[in-house]
Amino acid sequence: MKSALRSLVDESVTIIREVAAEFERPVMLFSGGKDSVVMLHLAVRAFAPARVPFPVMHIDTGHNFAEVIEFRDRTVAALDVRLIVGSVQASIDAGKVQDAVGPRASRNPLQTVTLLDSIAEHRFDAVFGGARRDEERARAKERVYSFRDSFGQWDPKTQRPELWGIYNGRHKPGEHFRIFPLSNWTELDIWRFVQQYDIELPSIYFAHRRRVFRRDGMLMAESPFLQAEPGETVSEQTVRFRTVGDATCTAAIESTATTIDHVIAETAAARVTERGATRADDRISEAGMEDRKKQGYF
Amino acid sequence: MERLRFATVGSVDDGKSTLIGRLLYDSKSIFEDQLEHIETVSKRRGTDYVDLSLLTDGLRAEREQGITIDVAYRYFATPQRSFIIADCPGHIQYTRNMITGASNVDLAIVLVDARTGIVEQTRRHSLLASLLGVPHLVICVNKMDLVDWSPDAFHDIREEFEDFASRLSLRDVTFLPISALLGDNVVSRSPNLTWFEGPTLLHHLENVYTASDDNRVDARFPVQYVIRPQRAEHHDYRGYSGRVAGGVFRVGDDVMVLPSGLTSTITAIDTPDGPVSEAGPGHAVTLLLADDLSIARGDMICRPNNRPRQSQSLEAMLCWMDDAAALQPDRIYSIKHTTKLARAKVTDVLYRLNISTLHRETGVSNLALNEIGRVELHTTAPLFFDDYHANRTTGSFILVDEHSGQTCAAGMLLSPRT
Repeated sequence: MKSALRSLVDESVTIIREVAAEFERPVMLFSGGKDSVVMLHLAVRAFAPARVPFPVMHIDTGHNFAEVIEFRDRTVAALDVRLIVGSVQASIDAGKVQDAVGPRASRNPLQTVTLLDSIAEHRFDAVFGGARRDEERARAKERVYSFRDSFGQWDPKTQRPELWGIYNGRHKPGEHFRIFPLSNWTELDIWRFVQQYDIELPSIYFAHRRRVFRRDGMLMAESPFLQAEPGETVSEQTVRFRTVGDATCTAAIESTATTIDHVIAETAAARVTERGATRADDRISEAGMEDRKKQGYF
Repeated sequence: MERLRFATVGSVDDGKSTLIGRLLYDSKSIFEDQLEHIETVSKRRGTDYVDLSLLTDGLRAEREQGITIDVAYRYFATPQRSFIIADCPGHIQYTRNMITGASNVDLAIVLVDARTGIVEQTRRHSLLASLLGVPHLVICVNKMDLVDWSPDAFHDIREEFEDFASRLSLRDVTFLPISALLGDNVVSRSPNLTWFEGPTLLHHLENVYTASDDNRVDARFPVQYVIRPQRAEHHDYRGYSGRVAGGVFRVGDDVMVLPSGLTSTITAIDTPDGPVSEAGPGHAVTLLLADDLSIARGDMICRPNNRPRQSQSLEAMLCWMDDAAALQPDRIYSIKHTTKLARAKVTDVLYRLNISTLHRETGVSNLALNEIGRVELHTTAPLFFDDYHANRTTGSFILVDEHSGQTCAAGMLLSPRT
């Protein structure tokens, strides 16, 4: 019988192979976050026993959790894939973007420029991303093959109809596609895959002691890139992360879940969406994600 | 746990968004921050109850420009099944929306307003479900509260629909009385509908029998990708990857490869989970064969005694989806069918189907946006295909405008008329 997870794996593997067959220069975004880890493991399984026939790319804001970078390097070495790093710091140094300043500054929005520059530099025509439709309202309307014009823009009005399992990747030079093989996965599906296939994740997904402070109702981790403002109290608590992004805008949750089984139980009982709970960048406005996506964000 | 994909079709007035909101809310699939968001918006708009239809509210671009972007996807799960909802908006461009959303669903829900009964839109949606070969249809007679929960109103609608549907090829139709706004018979049984002995909507979604929907007879494997590791330890490995489009493939089976017609035997089947002894519809696998044949993407692996049709002259029901340009006969389009890419031109429009009256309008030469017609096509290379109603994967294709890159038509291949 087809289990729900098995159907998801079959669908994702089929999408990844289709892109490898149809595009000349694909690349897979890999941040070390759980969705991109699952996506990379699916790619490995799609082409085994051959190597994954495309590189992975990390858009590095420079504001990272150290555990995640260590995990990233170890994972690409173990899975025998080539890593390209697009550096936001390099974009700043080249004068292409200005670093955000102030106590609430985040380099998260600057990633779009570095991402688009890296796509142009390497002439990538297909960019796999780990986004899921259950994450956010703008993503619920996203295609699996998402067309981007030569400015990297997403135009929700002219999306190509996507029928049956037939994908249309036709494009001109300079245009590209974002490919979302995990479109139909939910947060719980990701964790069930991690459990069933015994996938290693960065340690910060599991409960640990960390110095945190409360800001806008969210638990922010103290780091060299983010300090408490006057009036905010730093204390050490037992926390974990539900999403892993730029260290300045990713919040932790209070949790004692130290194993995958605990995390699954906690996720199944969660009453707040993962982005709602932990992503300061989505709180900017009602249409925060929609606006960033149009400009070429992940 | 299994997965069920279903489409909801209808316009805002039918209570479709409310129904989806109700399913998500009553099955506890709504999170606190989502609920908080719609409570805030309800209050701001002066609604005195929490408007569940806001859960499916779309993008700012849609609200500002009054447009509807075709399909939104929602997810929820119960202990029995996990569900993908393809939410297809009604009024504007309903044909394109519904075909996009319903092309690969197991089930479609069509909403009918209990006060107005079967309307033109109900007939259109049901016809499209029939054309698309959606295996299970649910007619939800909604707003039963506004007809005093009358069994007569429900039964009249049911009779009228059955009369109309006798002209369609719908395999399984279920009728359910509900009130999406109040929640009656959606997730919980209703004290107002004690005369109704059938299931609740959710119970039906959890239990509808889908195991026999796939074609498990005609073995079809469109080759998607050839795996040849350039590594010493797998020097002789040559695998053909793809997704089983029909039938069951077993280790030891004799197979034939098209177009070459060469035969071999399956020696192993690899999957993302490791080797298996057999693979059925929908499974993503890699086949290994006993003989070293020349096989490429776009080829079809089948059984020697059960082959798909093979032709460059095709007949199809074609739904035109491009708002920029109508179908131009004799213009060349790209055609994508399973894993095969070729070029095609439409040589004749046999008739246009009036999707309200089912009337076949002859003497037309093109198809505009949202129009459906039976056409003849010629392709630059032979396709290996089945009648759409026997196999939704090997029977479907898209046409792509070679200049704009847009997906301009969806096609369902049919046996030539005799």
